[in-house]
Amino acid sequence: MSNKPLHQQSLTELSRSLQDGAISSTELTQHYLDRIKQLNGELNCFITVCEEQSLQQANAADRAIAAGNIKPLTGIPLAHKDLFCTEGVKTSCGSRMLDNWIAPYESTMTGNLKAAGTVMLGKLNMDEFAMGGSNENSYYGPVRNPWNREVIPGGSSGGSAAAMAAGLAAATTGSDTGGSIRQPASMCGITGLKPTYGRISRWGMVAFASSLDQAGPMTRTVEDAALMLNVMAGFDPKDSTSMDRAVPDYSATLNEPLKGLRIGLPKEYFAEGLDSRVEQTVRNAIAEYEKMGATVKEISLPHTHHSIAAYYVIAPAEASTNLSRFDGVRFGYRCEEPKNLEDLYQRSRGESFGSEVKNRIMIGTYALSAGYYDAYYTKAQKIRRLIRDDFLRAFEEVDVIMGPTAPTPAFPIGAKANDPVAMYLGDIFTISTNLAGLPGMSIPAGMVDGLPVGLQIIAPHFEEARLLNVGHQFQQTTDWHLRTPVDLRG
Amino acid sequence: MEWETVIGLEVHVQLATKTKIFSAASTAFGAEANTQACAIDLGLPGTLPVVNEEAINMAIKLGFGINAEINKINVFERKNYFYPDLPKGYQTTQLAKPIVGAGHMDIALEDGTVHTVRIHHAHLEEDAGKSLHEDFHGMTGIDLNRAGTPLIEVVTEPDMRSAKQAVAFARKLHAIVTTLGICDGEMSQGSMRFDVNVSVRPKGQTTLGTRTETKNLNSFRFMERAINKEVQRQIEQIEDGFEIVQETRLYNGDTDEARSMRTKEEANDYRYFPCPDLLPVIIEESRLEKLRAEMPEMPEVRKARFINELGLSDYDAEILSAEAATANYFETVVQSGGDAKLAANWVMGELAKTLNQNDLTIKNCPVSAQVLGGLIARIKDNTLSGKIAKQVFEALWQGEGATADEVIEKKGLKQVTDTGAIEAIVDEVLAANPAQVEQYLAADEAKRGKMVGFFVGQIMKASKGKANPGMVNQLLKQKLG
Repeated sequence: MSNKPLHQQSLTELSRSLQDGAISSTELTQHYLDRIKQLNGELNCFITVCEEQSLQQANAADRAIAAGNIKPLTGIPLAHKDLFCTEGVKTSCGSRMLDNWIAPYESTMTGNLKAAGTVMLGKLNMDEFAMGGSNENSYYGPVRNPWNREVIPGGSSGGSAAAMAAGLAAATTGSDTGGSIRQPASMCGITGLKPTYGRISRWGMVAFASSLDQAGPMTRTVEDAALMLNVMAGFDPKDSTSMDRAVPDYSATLNEPLKGLRIGLPKEYFAEGLDSRVEQTVRNAIAEYEKMGATVKEISLPHTHHSIAAYYVIAPAEASTNLSRFDGVRFGYRCEEPKNLEDLYQRSRGESFGSEVKNRIMIGTYALSAGYYDAYYTKAQKIRRLIRDDFLRAFEEVDVIMGPTAPTPAFPIGAKANDPVAMYLGDIFTISTNLAGLPGMSIPAGMVDGLPVGLQIIAPHFEEARLLNVGHQFQQTTDWHLRTPVDLRG
Repeated sequence: MEWETVIGLEVHVQLATKTKIFSAASTAFGAEANTQACAIDLGLPGTLPVVNEEAINMAIKLGFGINAEINKINVFERKNYFYPDLPKGYQTTQLAKPIVGAGHMDIALEDGTVHTVRIHHAHLEEDAGKSLHEDFHGMTGIDLNRAGTPLIEVVTEPDMRSAKQAVAFARKLHAIVTTLGICDGEMSQGSMRFDVNVSVRPKGQTTLGTRTETKNLNSFRFMERAINKEVQRQIEQIEDGFEIVQETRLYNGDTDEARSMRTKEEANDYRYFPCPDLLPVIIEESRLEKLRAEMPEMPEVRKARFINELGLSDYDAEILSAEAATANYFETVVQSGGDAKLAANWVMGELAKTLNQNDLTIKNCPVSAQVLGGLIARIKDNTLSGKIAKQVFEALWQGEGATADEVIEKKGLKQVTDTGAIEAIVDEVLAANPAQVEQYLAADEAKRGKMVGFFVGQIMKASKGKANPGMVNQLLKQKLG
C-alpha cells in the first residue's frame, strides 16, 4: 500500500489497495466524506453530498470485493457534475430552476459507472447549465480554487476540477461544450479529457448545446482517465448521436513509445493574447516530448480566429431552445401565484435563470430569428465546417496537436464579471475542438504565480487511445500532476 | 360578380405505429391521462429522442401512395413556441427537407371527370398533448398521452375549387392511408384532421386572394360546411367593401359557428432549425425497394377491378373501394357468397344501415363477412327471399345463430319452393277473396298490374313470407288468366 494520503493516490493505487483488502471502500468513502465536511464550506465544490447513499454503495462494494466480484473501479468514490441525471438525487444544473428537481432516472454515463461498482459521493457545483468559464454563474455560489481561494477554478466544470485538486473525490466527471472540462482542469492542475463527440452517451446529461456537449473524466492522472473512459464510453441506442463503435481498452496502450510522434503546434495558438509565462510553460512541456523522440512542426489552423464567433452563435442558438422546456409547467421552479400563462412563463423563467443563462437565451433566440438565421446560424455552420476541415488537413501531417489549454492562469473571482466578451475569449483554444467534434485533453504542465497551467493535446476523431498514451508518457517523466496545494496535503 | 373559390389543404394523418415517434411509450387511444407519457414525452431534462423506424416506413408508403418523391436525406427540425401542452417548448417536425416531396392525387368528381390535386410535400412530426380546460376550476389540466404521437402532414397546392372537391380529396386520402394500413382512419378520435386554406377571387383572375386557414376539422361533413361558410363570409366581406384579413380561424361543428383565432400579426416566429439531437434520416434504395414490394392494392386500382372483374357500377365500386376495411369485408362477402351484385347491395344497404343505427364501424361489425356471405349464398340459391333474408340478418346481428344456415334451420325460415304447397295457398287465398277476383277479371290490363299485388301480399302473409315470390307470381298469372 502506498504511503501517500488516500486522497492523493491514483485510481490504480486505490483500486489495488481495495482489492488487496488493505482498505475497504467504506473506509475510503468515509475518508472523502470527512474531507468534504472539512473543506466544502470554503471551496463550495459540492451542491449535494450523498452521505448515507454513498456509504450504502461502499458497503455493497465491500461485499462484492469480499465475494471476489471485483471490477477495476469497484468501491471507488466518485462525484459527478450536477448536470448528469442521477436517479433519486437532486440534479440542479447549478440553477435555481432545478433546485427542487430530483431526477427520476439515471444518465447512461453515471449508470455505467454505477454498474462498474463505483460509489457516488455527491453532485458537483458548476456554472448554471454549464454556461461559463469561471464557475461564478452558479445559483449555489462560486467555487474557489484550491490553489488560491481568491481565484476562480475555471468552468463550467469548476466544482469537478476543484474537488479533484482538493482531494474530495478519487475521480470526478464533467462536461465540455467549449472547454468546460479542459479549462478548469488546466486551472486546477488536474487531468481533464473531452472525448470525441459521440463517444460517451448524452442520455441523461442535461443539454446546453446538443451538437457540442460531451461528457468526460476529470482525474488525478492520465492513467486514471483511461480507467474511467473504459467504463464511461460506448454506444447507447438512447442517444441518436452516439457512435456505434467498439471501445478499445484505453489502459492497454498507455505505454506505447512516443519515438517518431509528430506533434503539430498551430501558430494561431501561440499568438497575441497568450500570457508569455503560459507560453513558456507549454513550450517547456513540448521540449519534454522532443526528448522522448517526438518531432515538432508548426502548423496552421487558419480559421481559428472565427471559432469564438461561430461558437457564440451555435451554442446559444441550441441552448435557447434546449432551455425552453424549463417553463414552470411540469417540473422545476414555478413562480408564486401566476396571474396568467404569460406571467407563469415570464416569472418562472425570469426569477430562476441567472443573468448569463438569460444572455445566451437572448443571443440564441436572436440568431435563429426570421431574417437573421442565414446571416448568423447558417454562416456559423459553414465556419464550423471550415474549422473541422482545418483540423482534418492538419492531421494529414501530424499525429497530435499541442498548445495551451487557456491563454492565462486562473484569474481573481470577479475580475471579468462585467466583461462577458473577455470571458468568452478565454475559450479561444478549446472551442475549436468542440466545433470539430475532436477529442482534447488538458494535463498539468507547470505553474505560474503558484497557479497550475495545462498543456492541451488534441487528436483525430476517436483517437482517445493516442491522446491518453501521449499524456501518460508525459506524466511518467514529470511530476506536475502530483503537485497538491500545500495546505491540502494533510 | 362571379367568384371562384380556391382551396388548399393541410391534412394531419396520425400514423398507426405502436409506439411514439421519438419514444417507446404506447400510442393507444383513450388511456387515463398521462399514463402513456414517458420521460421523453414529458420533456424531462437530459432526455433524447430516437426516431421510430416504423414511422419512417409508413411515411415512405404514403409517399408511394400519393405518387410522390421520397427524399432520401430528410431532416427533423425544431419549431419553437411556448404552449403548456408542448412539453419541450418546441415541436420536432420537418421543414426544409421533408421525407415526402412533390406528388399528386387524382380525384373523381360527381360529373365523372377526373381532377388532379398536386401535393406540395408531406412531412413527419410529433403531436402535442392536450389542454383540458374543464373540471379544473379556472386552471388547465395537461394530458400528455398524445404528445409525441407520430403524424404525417400532407400539404396540397391550392388546387381545389369547391368544398365538394376538397371533400373528395379528403375521402380519397382517407382511402389511401387506411388501405396502406398506416392510419386507423378514425376521424372521431382525431386520427385525421384537416386544416383548410380558403380564398376567393373574381372568376378569371389568376392571382390568389388573401386566404384564411380554418384549423382542426375532423369530419368530412364539418369540413364541407366550414368551407362553404367561409367562402360565403369572404364573398360578403369583399362585396361589402372590406378586405380579407389573413388569419387562423376555428370552426365549431356542433354549433356551426366560426371565429377568428389569431391574425398574421400575432403569428409566432418559430425559429426553425435542424434538431441537433437527431441525425439526418438517410434512406437507402434497398429500403425503398422492400417497402415498394409491401404496397397493397391502392383504392383506385381496386375500384377498377371491382368494375371490370366484378361488374359493379362506378358508383358502387367507388364507395366499396374507399375504405380498406369495407373493401376487404366486401371482397370476403363476394368470395363466400358467390354474387358480387348481391354482396354490394347488402354491404352498402342493410349492413351499412344497421352499423349506422348502432353507431358501429365495419371493423367492429358483429356479423363477419363470411357469415354475411353465407346468407347471400342462401338468397342466391333461392333458399331465402330477400325479405326473409333481412330477418335472418337481424337474427345473426343479435347473435341468435352462428351462421345463416343455423338461423334458417332453427327458425324454420326456409323458403317454400314446392309448387304443390304454393299452389294450395294460392287457391286458398283466391277462394277466400271472390270479390277481388271478380274485380280483377273485370279490370283492364293496365289496372290488373296493381291489383295483383293484393293477392301476392295475401299469399306471402299466409305463407309467413316463405313462399318464393317468383313462383307465386307465376301461379297467379296462370290461375287468373
